[in-house]
Amino acid sequence: MKLLSLQRRMARAVMTPLTSSERMRSVAPDGRSMRAVASQIIKPNDRMTSFERLEIYNRQYWFRVLSAFAEDFPGVRAVLGGRRFDAMAKAYLIDCPSQSFTLRNLGSRLVIWLQKHPSWAGERQNLALDMVRLEWADIEAFDGLREPSLKPEDLAGVNPAKLRLHLQPYVSLLALRYPVDELLLEVRKDSDDLDVASNTFNERHKRKRVSAAAKLKPSPIFLAVHRLDEDVYFRRLDREEFAILFALHAGKSLNAAIESALRSSPIAVVDRAAHVEKWFHTWSALGWFCRLEKSPKNEKAASR
Amino acid sequence: MPANRFNGHTDYGIGIGLRSPHYHHILTRKPVVDWFEIISENFMIDGGRPLRILDQILEQYKVVQHGVSMYFGSAERPNREHLRRLKTLVQRTKTPWLSDHLCWGSVDGRYTHDLLPMPYTFEAARITAQKIREVRDFIEIPVAVENVSSYAEFHVSEMTEWEFLNEVAERADCGILLDVNNIYVSSQNHSFDPFTYVNSVPAERVAQIHIAGHSKYRKYILDTHDHPVIDPVWKLYGRAIERLGHTATLLEWDDSIPSFDEVHDEALKANRFLASASLAAAV
Repeated sequence: MKLLSLQRRMARAVMTPLTSSERMRSVAPDGRSMRAVASQIIKPNDRMTSFERLEIYNRQYWFRVLSAFAEDFPGVRAVLGGRRFDAMAKAYLIDCPSQSFTLRNLGSRLVIWLQKHPSWAGERQNLALDMVRLEWADIEAFDGLREPSLKPEDLAGVNPAKLRLHLQPYVSLLALRYPVDELLLEVRKDSDDLDVASNTFNERHKRKRVSAAAKLKPSPIFLAVHRLDEDVYFRRLDREEFAILFALHAGKSLNAAIESALRSSPIAVVDRAAHVEKWFHTWSALGWFCRLEKSPKNEKAASR
Repeated sequence: MPANRFNGHTDYGIGIGLRSPHYHHILTRKPVVDWFEIISENFMIDGGRPLRILDQILEQYKVVQHGVSMYFGSAERPNREHLRRLKTLVQRTKTPWLSDHLCWGSVDGRYTHDLLPMPYTFEAARITAQKIREVRDFIEIPVAVENVSSYAEFHVSEMTEWEFLNEVAERADCGILLDVNNIYVSSQNHSFDPFTYVNSVPAERVAQIHIAGHSKYRKYILDTHDHPVIDPVWKLYGRAIERLGHTATLLEWDDSIPSFDEVHDEALKANRFLASASLAAAV
């Protein structure tokens, strides 16, 4: 058997979903006999059958990817509940196995996948989607690229009608239906507490967390997920703030972005300049603008 | 071997794996450690805290890169994005050599994130060696391949694991990262004499040694890196040092990680063997 053929066979077996008791299936979902697959490629020894030896790799694969996935999405787990999250994770990873050398990118297709498979979240679909967007933005902000920050001298003499500002690649702009930022911070706080608590305490807290997620009411928020001094932060934005940043990110000139964002704003016309000045002062202080000619497309900059 | 062309002619002593639970201790206490080994993939990123910490570590310590997903043995060509990021990191760390595993883990662009065992065939040796050469030519530093722990053997194998390792190393003209714990684990799982393995490795190609702990189950041993090194592995390490001389040695501890001092103390147990080797060399 050629190397590529053997590797295809083994990888297919290793990535076959486990049974509900976390063992290797005797028959794969497509009808293949896993015993036959194992015995065709793997030798038995005096203690283990070919099936048992292959099963070690099959189990290790699923334990590894499920554990990495759960670590990245504790908020989604809180929204869906443990059992449903685990089932959803398996279904997602069957459809979207890793295509990257790093486990960091395991959840990169979750938003799109969940949109196509709404049954996993049921009535909590919008809440779950908001949480996925937030947790993925958090991953991107954690280790995203930082371009050189824009300095006042970079703007000297530039016509505002033509000026285009670019956001740092690690900044994500999210328009969300639910205040999932607060929920995620609660989940993380719980996790920190749970590290040092008893099992009974843990179970009580898990129930409390799921119940809190279930009670979360829609309340639209605008959020920037960003990094400051290498820590990731969730910063709530005013609607107009979000609109300006989103328009800038979409490539509009400074003037056009401000104009479109404030067109239907309830902020009194006389107060607008002061607001805009304050916002730009804050964004600049946070280092959100970069000197990049063309900012890499921020795929997660999501609007509803 | 001590300094040789496969470890950039360096003569490193005893190192430990750089792991996040120890960052604070290392950066605040600045313990004396010969060198740290980093998992390359953890730092093949664009920015953020991991790179800032790495830069702080690099200011004070020697760092060597060890990868887990180059998959020299995968039949597919190296991933260009992976190579590009790896080279960027190599330029940052100035690692004198780079290691990854003699295994496969991806096929048709899908990654298992595991170190899957090779079929020990001449075809596999040829493909693997070609890939090692390609990686080395791209990153422009010496490459060492590490033997993995395995739990399965293939019907198609045409040689022993150590013969395969030697075949690949010769064809690629690369170094070897000899993991004596992996040799022990595989010897128990496949019923061979681990000393035969250690005695068969070309001494002049060994760039570095790994030691670690593992977990014993009823029917097999799993390479878990979550325990101290057991005596039979130390004995195997002793034999390796006897053959190779004073060789850069690294303790891996990746799960249930104890305090920095506990990990470092465990690693420093290698000194009793290295000291004898130094003495023997002096005589």
